[in-house]
Amino acid sequence: MGNSQQQEKRLTFFQLAKDNIRNYSMFLMLALIFIVFSILTGGVNFTSRNITNIFIQNSYILILAVGMVLVIIIGNIDLSVGSVCAFTGAISAMLYNTGMGLIPTLILTVIAGAAIGVFQGFWIAYAHIPAFIVTLAGMLLFRGLTYIITNVTPISLSDDDFRTITSGSISFESLDRGGLHLFALIIGALLAGLYVYFAFRSRKNRIKREFEVLPVRYFLLKMGFFILLTGTLSYKFADYRGIPTVVVVLSLVIAVFVFITKNTVIGRYIYAVGGNAKSAKLSGIDADRVIFIVHVIMGALAGLAGLVFTGYMNSALPQAGNLFELDAIASCFIGGASASGGIGTIIGAITGALVMGVINNGMSLMNIGADWQYVVKALVLLLAVYYDIYTRRKAGLG
Amino acid sequence: MSEHILEVEHVTKEFPGVRALDDVSFSVRRGEVHCLCGENGAGKSTLVGVISGIYAKGEYDGTVLFKGEQAQFRSIRDSEKQGLTVIHQELALSPYLSIYENIFMGHRRHRFGIIRWDDLLIASRPFLKRVGLDENPETIVSKMGVGKQQLVEIARALSKQTELLILDEPTSSLNDDESEKLLQLILELKKEGMSCIMISHKLNEVLEVADSITVLRDGRSICTYDTHTQQVTKAMIIKGMVGRDLTSMYPEKTASIGPTVCTVRDWTVYHPEYHQMKVVDQASFDVRKGEIIAFCGPMGAGRTELMMSLFGKSYGSSCSGEMTLHGKKLELRSPHEAIERGIGYVSEDRKELGLILIQTVRDNISNSSLRKLSRLGVMDTYREISEAEKYRESLKIKTPTIMQLVRNLSGGNQQKVVLSRCLLADPEIFIVDEPTRGIDVGAKYEIYTILNQLASEGKSIIMVTSELPEALGMADRIYVMNEGRIKGVLDRQEATQEQIMHMALS
Repeated sequence: MGNSQQQEKRLTFFQLAKDNIRNYSMFLMLALIFIVFSILTGGVNFTSRNITNIFIQNSYILILAVGMVLVIIIGNIDLSVGSVCAFTGAISAMLYNTGMGLIPTLILTVIAGAAIGVFQGFWIAYAHIPAFIVTLAGMLLFRGLTYIITNVTPISLSDDDFRTITSGSISFESLDRGGLHLFALIIGALLAGLYVYFAFRSRKNRIKREFEVLPVRYFLLKMGFFILLTGTLSYKFADYRGIPTVVVVLSLVIAVFVFITKNTVIGRYIYAVGGNAKSAKLSGIDADRVIFIVHVIMGALAGLAGLVFTGYMNSALPQAGNLFELDAIASCFIGGASASGGIGTIIGAITGALVMGVINNGMSLMNIGADWQYVVKALVLLLAVYYDIYTRRKAGLG
Repeated sequence: MSEHILEVEHVTKEFPGVRALDDVSFSVRRGEVHCLCGENGAGKSTLVGVISGIYAKGEYDGTVLFKGEQAQFRSIRDSEKQGLTVIHQELALSPYLSIYENIFMGHRRHRFGIIRWDDLLIASRPFLKRVGLDENPETIVSKMGVGKQQLVEIARALSKQTELLILDEPTSSLNDDESEKLLQLILELKKEGMSCIMISHKLNEVLEVADSITVLRDGRSICTYDTHTQQVTKAMIIKGMVGRDLTSMYPEKTASIGPTVCTVRDWTVYHPEYHQMKVVDQASFDVRKGEIIAFCGPMGAGRTELMMSLFGKSYGSSCSGEMTLHGKKLELRSPHEAIERGIGYVSEDRKELGLILIQTVRDNISNSSLRKLSRLGVMDTYREISEAEKYRESLKIKTPTIMQLVRNLSGGNQQKVVLSRCLLADPEIFIVDEPTRGIDVGAKYEIYTILNQLASEGKSIIMVTSELPEALGMADRIYVMNEGRIKGVLDRQEATQEQIMHMALS
């Protein structure tokens, strides 16, 4: 009896590793790609400056990926986000040029994006037109509107303050020591500390209630991994210019949506509707409203991404946002989201977006043109999704 | 030519972590109907997979002899070519194609790659006649009932020169009348020389058609009975299936019946697509406290449609009529409102409408009660886990952890998860639609016990069932429906199966 019990325990340990292999393998893939490019570029891509650049150059895709993964979880797709980015980017430039300041511009642009989400969400959720079609129409519509309001000419910004939201960084001179921006390190340490505190607290609570917890080894491994990551990143930021403003924006967006998807009722509704809309409805969930809300969220995030991109280019371009939707969609699928809905995570989508970003960045550093970047990204997308399907099938998850 | 069309010898099949089949042996004589019985998870489906080539030779140990030769099937296509056809529980027809297109699907006769539709249409007629399906071959299959679709499947098998037909729970979604017809057809085909393996949970049917019966339990073949040489009874089969005597199929009901809780008057439901068509016509009934009422009637009588419509208008384009709870009028516009006002519904279609298969046991249990388990929109995870654990324990849901995906559970345990979800929302009126469809005898008994338990706690239970013995064994009163109307109501004491059938068809 004792023997079989032990066997069972080992099985669950093994099972755990197997169940999570998909989640870990994503990070492993990202690390591997990073290391390969480190070797190919002679370590250039690991410099503090380049790490900061990777985040700045991909910030808008990362923001879009957060919204897109929600859309994909409910089983829909949003093809309009590129055009919406261009449109809201132009709006943000126009608002800013009236002299209202950065914060009001930010708020109004996000509201404008959300309003676009309301428009598209209405057709999708309440008029029951497939999201593919509504957002295809949106893709054309908002590109057209962008051309109309910009007269097909770039809108330049009245001053350089706007660009700080993307390219700027946060540091305090009084805390700079020997070329290091200590503020970044302090924030990093604070984050790591908070993480450790909450992880231990939750674990203690679970043990007290006799719930299942991760085996200690896994728990410590996970924690070590997180501390290493925050440590490295904050050191790299400290070493260059301090924490990029956009990383702060991004972290807030990620933190908010990780919390929403994991810990809130609406987050659970999203997964339930994506997993089986009919069953969710009969469980008393207003599926139409959930779908509507997700598209509004996507619109708001597209607004934010449009603003960030305008800041990055330091002007609003009528052609902005071209193919952003495809990058965002690819990020979600590389990050383990399922095309049939119900499965996907924010962290996965972020990892997927970073995989693409690191490849772009590495190949640019190697002076390989956009032509080959497309080819390589396409192959990565195919292989990543194939691997996902393969591991799922092997684990008996169809 | 050997006497046996199929011989399975010492077959063992392992999946990672589970031994699904453990040294299974049995054989099917030519021209006999051989029934396989066993609880869910006993290995019946895996066995069919081994026989039909879903699992290729080499993926299992042991030998399978088909027509006296070692079977070398690498896929279903291979086995079909040899004359072995499987008809699965979930029908494999293409819903928007016509009858004759479906019949010749996958083996269309053609000349130089060009299909001659007219020839096929004519060729399909004798097969339809043989299965007794009186329909135009050009009818689109999704427009027909499940019973007729089943006949199309059989016609398709016949058109493929099938020698051994394997039917996996062929009557699970048919009503009594259709089931009887299908069983007669199986006996007909047997007379014509067809050999047949039938998997069924319905032991009456098994005893009606079987020449021999093999019982599986926990992946092992327990025993084989020959109905010609010995008197086989239900009790014998059940004993083999569960490994113990089941004294009674239905637990004793102890609930005392109180005053009327809920009334429904003149409830009429219109078809979701054809807005003029009445699916339910002026149905009226009452439920009392602590009472179990059953709705019986043939497939398509409008029972499920009535219940779903009452459950917050989740079926039909529109409906009229009055529903009261404790004397107060109820106006429910969505399932959400229905749940809020104390009505719970367990769907007959567990996989499509009841569960979210890719989610965990825990998520499925809490899906109806997320607001209750949260504060200011933030989930109280600890409470959620303890509630899920509570139901796992009290309903004896067999799962390694509550974080297991429900798709990995057996039918009976999945049903318990749906029940848990409904229970957690704490309804007063509990509508259960075919609560024991496709689940095994042991789990059925447990579900009956749960329903009785609820009744004695003062809940009212409305049970839709196609199994008349279930209605007779469980219900205090039985409403009989047909063609959208309530044809009458019978008390438990006076009701018999004949009476119910008579009432439905009068």
